[in-house]
Amino acid sequence: MSLAEFARAASTWLIPLLLLAIPLLAAVRRVKVYEVFIDGAKEGFGVALRIIPYLVAILMAVGMFRASGAMDLFVTALSPVTAALGMPAEVLPVALLRPLSGSGTLGVVTELMKTHGPDSFIGRLAATLYGSTETTFYVLAVYFGAVGIRRTRHAVAAGLAGDLAGVVAAVLLCRWIFG
Amino acid sequence: MLNWIWLALVAISVLVGALTGRLEAVTRAAFDGARTAVEISFGLVGIMTLWLGLMRIAEAGGSVRLLARAIRPLARRLFADVPAEHPALGAMLLNIAASWLGLGNAATPLGLKAMEELQRLNPRPDTASDAQVTFLALNTACITVVPATIIAVRVSLGSADPTEIVLPTLLASCCATVAAVTAARLLARLRPFRLPPPEHRGEDP
Repeated sequence: MSLAEFARAASTWLIPLLLLAIPLLAAVRRVKVYEVFIDGAKEGFGVALRIIPYLVAILMAVGMFRASGAMDLFVTALSPVTAALGMPAEVLPVALLRPLSGSGTLGVVTELMKTHGPDSFIGRLAATLYGSTETTFYVLAVYFGAVGIRRTRHAVAAGLAGDLAGVVAAVLLCRWIFG
Repeated sequence: MLNWIWLALVAISVLVGALTGRLEAVTRAAFDGARTAVEISFGLVGIMTLWLGLMRIAEAGGSVRLLARAIRPLARRLFADVPAEHPALGAMLLNIAASWLGLGNAATPLGLKAMEELQRLNPRPDTASDAQVTFLALNTACITVVPATIIAVRVSLGSADPTEIVLPTLLASCCATVAAVTAARLLARLRPFRLPPPEHRGEDP
């Protein structure tokens, strides 16, 4: 069984197993599972609502940045630097957009794979970049928003350090594996 | 830091938008962003409710403590200020497992649950604790075992080998995770990010 097959089987089984094991284990210990479930579930709506202001702040700023054309200027300014790393200029927008917008990045990656072919170097690198990190600003807004944290300290810097390492690693790995 | 980034994004957008004649598009994007934010959070309500209910059962039944015990050796290093067997550790383990497997629907609610547990240990409710930043770093640079979405797109575009990107993606996301967590640990000591000293209560001389 290959790693990918194992991972696929695990992702099919994990949730049903949790749905079975958690209530069963609790019932054995005489927990009134239905009543306790309702008690915990009550908080769901509140948590989802609490995220809204944080998410609005992030998504409006990111949306404006893309729509104004500032993103494109940023790409033009940075492309000589990334060219030295061996990253084709076409892929740079993917790397810059990744921490800001998940769906936006997926759109650009799909477009690149359509134009250059999914098995071209550009297509493979774009696909790898998409998978190698999460949407930092979105995760930040949602996770800190849910508990009402406004002072994020070094969280942005740590997240962006991860994104940068992910981009560099993706370019080097793709050059090495698909070179 | 987020104050400056946010201000920069908004201010640069308006300036560049004015120079390139795209001000209307900028305005529309701001309003669209606001609407998307509400759609996302309402989309979370159902699944969030489900997992919070289930997690409450898991706490009462002791399975969260069981999971917390399983990751104690690693947790003691990464989350030194979280007590052993604290429910936050169990929720964090489930969140990480779900996101490694690409189960976004489960990962986000479980991550928020973990954040809430960490918040209970946080003496300054509006300021992120070291543990919260480290946990966030784990999530912003998440290890991806199966990048399911992108594989599906590659299949639909007729790739000869849609899964060939699995290995580089896995390795690159491992690098990202190590870098993010290391940065979270190191930056916590820098002056601008250091936690303020605990507030004194009562009258000081």
